[in-house]
Amino acid sequence: MKQMRVLSILVENNAGTLTRVAGLFARRGYNIDTLTVSETKDPSFSRITLTASLNDLELNQLVSQTAKLEEVISIEELFETNSVMREILLVKVSVSDDCRSKLIEITDVYKGVVVDLSPDSMIIELTGKPQKIDAFIRVIDNYNIVNICRTGVTALQRGKGD
Amino acid sequence: MEYTGAEIIIKTLIDEGVDTLFGYPGGAVIDIYNALYNYRDQIRHIRPSHEQGGAHAADGYSRSTGKTGVVLATSGPGATNLVTGIATAYMDSIPMVCITGNAASHLIGKDAFQEIDIFGATMSVTKHNFMITDIADLQDTIRRAFKIANSGRKGPVLIDVPKDFTQLKYPYEKKESLPIDGKHKIVQSDLEKFAEIINQAERPIIYAGGGINSSDSSQELRALMDKAMIPAVNTIMAIGVLGPLDQLNLGMVGMHGKNSSNYSIEHSDLVIALGTRFSDRVALNTKHFAPDAKIIQVDIDQSEIDKNVVVDFEIVGDLKEILAEILSLIEEKDRKDWLAQIEEFRKEDYQPPNGSDSIEPYKIIRHVAEYFGEDLIFVTDVGQHQMWTAQYCARTKPRTFLTSGGLGTMGFGFGASIGAKAGNPDKPVVLISGDGSFTMNMNELKTAVDHQINTITIILNNHALGMVRQWQNLLYDQRYSETDIDHSFDYVKLAEAFGAKGYSCATITEFKAAFADATTQNKPIIIEAIIDKDELVLPMIPAGGTVEDIIME
Ligand SMILES: Cc1ncc(C[n+]2csc(CCOP(=O)(O)OP(=O)(O)O)c2C)c(N)n1
Repeated sequence: MKQMRVLSILVENNAGTLTRVAGLFARRGYNIDTLTVSETKDPSFSRITLTASLNDLELNQLVSQTAKLEEVISIEELFETNSVMREILLVKVSVSDDCRSKLIEITDVYKGVVVDLSPDSMIIELTGKPQKIDAFIRVIDNYNIVNICRTGVTALQRGKGD
Repeated sequence: MEYTGAEIIIKTLIDEGVDTLFGYPGGAVIDIYNALYNYRDQIRHIRPSHEQGGAHAADGYSRSTGKTGVVLATSGPGATNLVTGIATAYMDSIPMVCITGNAASHLIGKDAFQEIDIFGATMSVTKHNFMITDIADLQDTIRRAFKIANSGRKGPVLIDVPKDFTQLKYPYEKKESLPIDGKHKIVQSDLEKFAEIINQAERPIIYAGGGINSSDSSQELRALMDKAMIPAVNTIMAIGVLGPLDQLNLGMVGMHGKNSSNYSIEHSDLVIALGTRFSDRVALNTKHFAPDAKIIQVDIDQSEIDKNVVVDFEIVGDLKEILAEILSLIEEKDRKDWLAQIEEFRKEDYQPPNGSDSIEPYKIIRHVAEYFGEDLIFVTDVGQHQMWTAQYCARTKPRTFLTSGGLGTMGFGFGASIGAKAGNPDKPVVLISGDGSFTMNMNELKTAVDHQINTITIILNNHALGMVRQWQNLLYDQRYSETDIDHSFDYVKLAEAFGAKGYSCATITEFKAAFADATTQNKPIIIEAIIDKDELVLPMIPAGGTVEDIIME
């Protein structure tokens, strides 16, 4: 059964490494849903966090293919239970006077922030687990959403240092 | 002492033990050639007619010797001409180091003359590739390339060197070759479980692949077969690794494999897959592959486990080590019933028709194989002639059958045979080609003549792109769209024009006479054997089929 997986890949921070990892996914016929990349504390390494929808066999195949890449130091699947996962949402909603305060109220419940307010629209920023972001989007779905932008998941394992 | 980057490249190659370099000059590598001039008595340079031929030659050199093949090309078109050769090596896990020149680094990204992003272009057909950005990295990068090419599952590595790094100077202090890694820790309990599965099986069969060649473990494999009387089949990449054809060596399996090999897999209760990847030319229908069997697998590459066929148990690691360690855990058996059943299957093996003076491909191949014996290195191109050679070459030693298995590259053969002969000057090298494949890269005949690399090329001329035509014959209502090659072509004159010796023959008697004469010549040889256009490669199981679908006539 296909399932959303979060993979954390520690790589050498070289030109082309991201292309290599992303290219491998594309070549093997898998779609990356979200992707974030950043340098680690040691700037000679980067961490790629990506999500993709995969069944168990596909997951094993991708993990072992990725692990073979020369510049990949490690790859592991992350789970809600052992890691902190966060994503940022920016959503622009067109608002009229009668619904603006209602939307601000919902945003407050989700601990989001209104980062731009114009006479006929506003931009809300929300940080949280992907599920929280999903839930928020569902709740505001019947407002007039103009555009949505999500950063994709970034994640670190709890405890255990690496 | 300081050396130019170009000299560092050549010195590092020599220190890595490279004795033969296949390469083609050009502006971006002119400094490397300038440096090579000083070392021309330490490293043999072979210049092909086309960089693709050079890449295939480096590949053939590697396949036949087990060493790393090295090829050098200039930027732009020189580099792109390598790509098919690199991909061919990649698909068959052949260790190669490819060095390309590029525009000077300040011009990179500016669409400079002959600038190509060969780093990007070869990312998916190399095991790894590098672009030099600092002359200080040059020696280390080359050494790392050799290590990567030979560690774990082998493969080609490319290093792209912008021209300025061949001109800048830097100290060269000779370093050691990097140790080959990829050794996996072998867990004793895994070996025990593996052995237990084998010991419990009644009808086991070994399915051996190219990994036996790469890991040099044919003797360990044979010891296992002999001790427990386990019959074995081989893929096209493992021709020669099972030793002499006998009761236990069933021969090739798959689309054009023997009936007995395919039936034995079908009726086995255990398939022991060793260094093989269940390709769609063997596990033609993965859902019905070995329907009654457990499947266990050993491979150096974790990603081969469960890739095409899901297995019941596996060990990831070096075959040579694992086979050696497992032997003492394996019980001796005689497996009389199973071997008797296989003898029955053998009675149904395809027998080629035997017209008295007709010139069937199998007669040619058998004749050559018998004449030269076990040291002969057979090379093939791609098509029907490749499959006939695979079926009748009777190789009993590893690395004596070189073919493009994974990519199926027509035009592989001539370059590869040059590389094989360059690496094995004392062994006979015979290329079996087809009229289609040969004309793809026949320009390399010039290379053979120039460098006095005396290979024998036998063109099985069916005046057709035979393998495609065979599919059209059997599967596409004999609609022969663009597969007939009906123009006349004088191979004898062609050979002479190049400075080689040519023969043409239309009967087996003529062939034997031509071949006998050819073996007395001190030149590259071209023998055209005119065969019947409708000759088929049999047996055949169509793509996606099972043993139920075998075509025998
Ligand atoms: C570079 C390349 N182009 C096309 C093919 C597809 N192909 C596979 S076999 C074949 C026919 C080969 O003809 P020939 O070399 O004459 O050998 P024959 O089958 O007649 O023995 C073709 C066109 C290929 N394998 N490689």
